[in-house]
Amino acid sequence: MSAAAGTLRVALVGNPNSGKTALFNRLTGSQQKVANYAGVTVERKEGRFVAPSGRVVQLLDLPGAYSLDAASPDEAITRDICEGRYPGESAPDLIVCVADATNLRLHLRFVLEIQRLGRPLVLALNMMDAARARGVRIDVAALEAALGVPVVETVAVQRGGAAGLVARLDAGTPAPRAAAVAAVPAEDDLHARVRALLAAAVSMPRATSAVDDAIDRVALHPVAGLAILAAVMFLIFQAVFSWAAPLQDAITAAVTAAGEWTGGALAGLPLLHSLVTDGLFAGLGTVLAFLPQILILFLFILMLEESGYLPRAAFLLDRMMFAAGLTGRSFIPLLSSFACAIPGIMATRSIPDPRDRLTTILVAPLMTCSARLPVYTLLIAAFIPRRSVLGVFGLQGFVLFVLYFAGIASALAVAYVMKRLRRDKSEHALLMELPSYRLPHPRDVAIGLWERAKIFLRRVTGIILALTVLLWFLSSFPAPPEGATQPAIDYSLAGMIGHWMTYVFAPVGFNWQICVALIPGLAAREVAVSSLATVYAMSASGGEDAVAAQLGTAIAAQWPLATALSLLAWYVFAPQCMSTLAVIRRETNSWRNVWIAAGYLFALAYLASLATYQIARMFGA
Amino acid sequence: MRLSELKKGAYAVVREVEDAEAADPIARRLRELGFVNGEPVRIVASGPLGGDPLLVQIGFTRFALRRAEAARVLVTSGDAA
Repeated sequence: MSAAAGTLRVALVGNPNSGKTALFNRLTGSQQKVANYAGVTVERKEGRFVAPSGRVVQLLDLPGAYSLDAASPDEAITRDICEGRYPGESAPDLIVCVADATNLRLHLRFVLEIQRLGRPLVLALNMMDAARARGVRIDVAALEAALGVPVVETVAVQRGGAAGLVARLDAGTPAPRAAAVAAVPAEDDLHARVRALLAAAVSMPRATSAVDDAIDRVALHPVAGLAILAAVMFLIFQAVFSWAAPLQDAITAAVTAAGEWTGGALAGLPLLHSLVTDGLFAGLGTVLAFLPQILILFLFILMLEESGYLPRAAFLLDRMMFAAGLTGRSFIPLLSSFACAIPGIMATRSIPDPRDRLTTILVAPLMTCSARLPVYTLLIAAFIPRRSVLGVFGLQGFVLFVLYFAGIASALAVAYVMKRLRRDKSEHALLMELPSYRLPHPRDVAIGLWERAKIFLRRVTGIILALTVLLWFLSSFPAPPEGATQPAIDYSLAGMIGHWMTYVFAPVGFNWQICVALIPGLAAREVAVSSLATVYAMSASGGEDAVAAQLGTAIAAQWPLATALSLLAWYVFAPQCMSTLAVIRRETNSWRNVWIAAGYLFALAYLASLATYQIARMFGA
Repeated sequence: MRLSELKKGAYAVVREVEDAEAADPIARRLRELGFVNGEPVRIVASGPLGGDPLLVQIGFTRFALRRAEAARVLVTSGDAA
C-alpha cells in the first residue's frame, strides 16, 4: 500500500482543541520532525513510532480544522492532504480523526465530512478521562455501528492512553464502508446526522463543564476578568525580567570566555583573531543573550495556550484591539514584545487569520523591548536633568514613560493605517472557540518549548551570523594607516559610510560619530552603546557600567540636547535588530515583508527624529 | 430577532444564518460550527468594552462572536427552552 514496505502512513486530523497534538506527542514522543510546508508558514509536524508487531507507523499531524471547506491556509493544507492532492505529499494510507469526547456535537460533524472522502478512517474519542469525569456516557459499540467506522477511546495525557489506538492501527487498515460515502449531504443534513448519532450513542448530563462555568464567571467578568489578566501579565513580566537577567549575564560571560579562549589560539593571526572574537563570538553572544527571555516568555505563552486561557484574554481585549485594526489574539504577542519582539512575533502563530497575523507581526517591533533600555538609560541619564515635574514625578521617569507610550500609540496608529490602506477590506471574523480549561501537561509544554528554541537557534542564527560577519567586515576594513590617531572604525568602510550618512542625518541632528555607531548597531539595539564607546575611543576597562558612565559624561559635554532627544526618538522606531528582521523572514516566509517592516520603521524613525530635532532647536535646545 | 439582540443569559433557538454578502464565508463558517435551524443557543457573557464580543453557547461548545458576526444569526427567542 505504501512505497516503503510495511510502513503505515497515518494522518492525524481533527478540530482545533481536540487534543490532537497532545495525542501526537503521546504516540511519537521525541521522534518528531517539525518543518514548514513548502512556500507557506504552516507547520508540518511528522513523527514515527513502532507498533508492538514491529510495524513502523509514520504519523503526520495535520493542522486543526473545523471543516474541509477551508477558511485559512492551515485548513486548506489539511483538506488537500486528506484528499490526496497536495503536491509533494502522497495521500495517507489511513486517517485518524481525533474528536474531543466532551465536544461531540461539534467534532462529529467534521468526522462525517472526513468520512465522505472515502478513505480508510479510524475515529479516536480523545479526552475520555474528562468525559467520564463530567458524566458523559458514550456507547462505543453503538457509535461504531451507526457511523460505520472503527472507534477507539484515548486519553492523550495519560501514560498508555493511546494503547487502544496503537492496537487498532496494528490490526490493519479498515476498509471504508461504501454505504456511508454514497450520499453527499448538505450542511443541514450533516448536522441532522450528528444529532442522530448523539441520540443513538451518547448521553450528556449537561452541555458544559461545571468547572468551566465557575472559572469563566470570574475570568470573563468585566472587572474581575480584566484584573486577573493584568495580574497574570504582571507576573509574567516579573518572571521574565528577574529570571532572565542572571541567565543572560551567564550566557554572555560564557560566550565571551569561549571567544577569548579561541582567540588566544589564534593570537598569531590578527585578522582571523578579530573575525572570530569581534565578529563571530560577539555576534553569537548578542543573539544567545536573547535566548533566556525567549524561553521564559514562551514557557508562559505555552502554558496560557495549553490551559485554555489565551482565547479568554483575547475575548476580553478583542474590542479594543479590533478598533485599531487588530484582533484580540494580537494582545499576548504584542505584550510579549515588550520583553522582546522575537518571541512576540513567534507567538503570532496563535492567530489563525493570515491578515491579522501579518499586521500583528509588522507592528510588534514598535513595542519597547528590553534591548532599548540601555540606550534610553544612557541618553536619559546624560541629558535629562534629575528634576521633578508637578512635584511628584521625576522628569527622567516621565521621559521614559513618554518613550514607552510613543511605542504603543504608534503601533495602534500603524495598525489603523494599514487597515485603511489595504486593498482587502473584507470582514475577517473573530469566531473563536473558548475551549475547556485544562491543566497544561509538562510533556506537551516541554516539547513546544524545545521546538521554539530549535527554530530560533537553527533558522535565525544562520541569517544573523552572516550579517554579523558582514558588519564586522564593514567595521574592520580597510585597516587604519600607520600612525593613525583616530579609532580604527573611523578608517573602515563603516566609518566612510557613517561620514556619508551625515549628509542625510544632519537635518535630524546626528553627528558622524552617531552615524558610524548606527552601522554595527544594526545587529542589536544595545550594541549602539558599545559601538558609540568604540567611536569615542573609550577604554573598555572597568566593565560595561563604567564605560557607559564615561560615555555619558563625554556625550553630555559634546552633544546638544536636541541631538539626544532626536536619537531617543530614533530608537522608538528604528528596527536596529537583525534578529527581529530574521524572525519576520522566518515567520512570514517572505523577504518582502522584511523590507516592508524595515522600510516603514526606518522612515518613521527618520521622520520622528527630524520632527524632534527641529522642534527642539526651535525651543533652543 | 437576531442573536446580537439577545440579552445575556437568555436562551433562543436558531432559525437560520443570513448571508451578509453573496457566498458570505463567515455565514458559511457559522453554519459549519452548528448554527443551523433548531439548534438551541444562549448568550453566556459579553466583552467588558461595549458588550462586544459575545460569548455564545451552542451545543457543547462556546464561541466568541463579534456583534457583527452574531447579527447574521436569526433566532427565535424562547426562555422556555
